[in-house]
Parts: sequence; structure tokens; C-alpha cells
Amino acid sequence: MRALDAAGIDSILPDLPGCNESTQDFAAQSLHSWRQATARVAAHFAATEVLAVRGGALVFPPHLPGHVLEPAKGMAILRQLLRARTIAAREMGQRETMDALLERGRVEGLELAGYRCGAALIAGLEGAVPAIEGQRDIRQADLGGGALWLRAEPGEDPAQAAALARIVAG
Amino acid sequence: MVSAVANDDTDDRLRGILRDVLGLSDETVAGLEADTGLFGALPELDSMAVAGLLTEIEDRFDIVIDDDEIDGEILESYGNLLNFVRAKLG
Repeated sequence: MRALDAAGIDSILPDLPGCNESTQDFAAQSLHSWRQATARVAAHFAATEVLAVRGGALVFPPHLPGHVLEPAKGMAILRQLLRARTIAAREMGQRETMDALLERGRVEGLELAGYRCGAALIAGLEGAVPAIEGQRDIRQADLGGGALWLRAEPGEDPAQAAALARIVAG
Repeated sequence: MVSAVANDDTDDRLRGILRDVLGLSDETVAGLEADTGLFGALPELDSMAVAGLLTEIEDRFDIVIDDDEIDGEILESYGNLLNFVRAKLG
């Protein structure tokens, strides 16, 4: 965002309802509520372009032109969260399967990676695909280096950030 | 079949996944031996990281890893993980 600013482009990174500094309840969120929120943010700030990263492409305002970076399917995100939970359960000597968890999650919600996910969010993620309408695709290879979103621990890479800003500022 | 060549390729690709997911340095990745410990030995590898690692292995090798196949043994050492992936690839 600093690199975009240096290129004369203002940008906003909104907190989704229930996330970070939002005062809303995470458990009450769904892809629908997040799509409504991003559409409102875009209208409020009169955004002219959008950049969606990974799962952001499931909830971004698709009517705006712009870019998507390595868009992710909802099921791919959900599968990883379910798997982390089954592995953690196994470490504690319990046995959970991804299929059984998913079935329960669709009905009564599920705690995944410390987040209380409501049934609507689980069910929504299961079938969600990125809603790309002409936004240009950016692949990780275009940025050079390994994908930071794969990392188990957060990381940063100024060279990748600069490459991304150059593409977006195009 | 060109199994010898394919095996070398699997080794390199698996090292690349470990580097990308765990943010390991090139030196650490190059120094992985068959008996190098993974789960429990690498502090980066918690349950969320294991999930990320397995999911990325599925994506890049185009295989599916079932719940039942994941036991402590395949993540005990680098050699075990490599053998597991090679067995999955057939």
C-alpha cells in the first residue's frame, strides 16, 4: 500500500465484519455479509479499482475493474482449516474426520483455527468460487519468490510488494 | 518408466514445498537428509502448518491425501515424507 501511495494511488484495506477491529460477531458472518460489506466500502470511498488476494476473490466487489492475485476456491480454504483441526485433535488423542466435521459445520457451525465459523459461512465456503468478471489474473510467478500466503508464520518481502504495486499501478 | 528421473524431481519439488510453506532458508532445505526430523523437530511445523503442507503437496503433485493416511510416522522424518509422496505417485 505504501508502494501504491508512492505511485500516487490511494488504497484502503478494509476489515471485514467480525475481523480485526470490527465490533461485529465473527460467528454471525457469511460470505453474503462480507460481499455486502465490501460493496459498501467500495461505494463509500468511490473506489475505481479493486485488488483481491486469494480468498478475497470470493467476497470482493466484482463490478470493479482491477486484479486478482492467486484466487482461491472456498473449498480449498475450508479443507485446509478442517485438516488443521483433525491434526490438532489427533495430537490430543481424539479422532475427528474432515467429512464428519463438515457435515456438523453445515448445520451448527464449527470452530476452525480459533474462529467460531457459523453454519452459513461453512456452507457458503463449500461451494464458493472466485467471482472474477474480467479482472486481470496475477500469478505468484509474476512477483518472484515464494508465496507468502503459504507460510506458516507471517512474512514480508519488499521486492514482491514492489512488483505487485507495479502491476497494479500498470 | 523413467523412475530414477521422476524420483529426483519429486525430491526437489518436495523440498521446494517445505521451503515455501515453512519459510525455510535454501541452506536448511538443501541440508535435509532422509533422517532429518520434521514434526516435533522443526518449530515451524505446528498443526496449521502441517495442514498447509499437506494441502500444498496435494495441489502441486495432484494427489489426494486421506485423513486415514496421515499418522505421526509420515511426518517423523524427511525421508518418510518423501517415501510417502513417492508411494502416492505410484
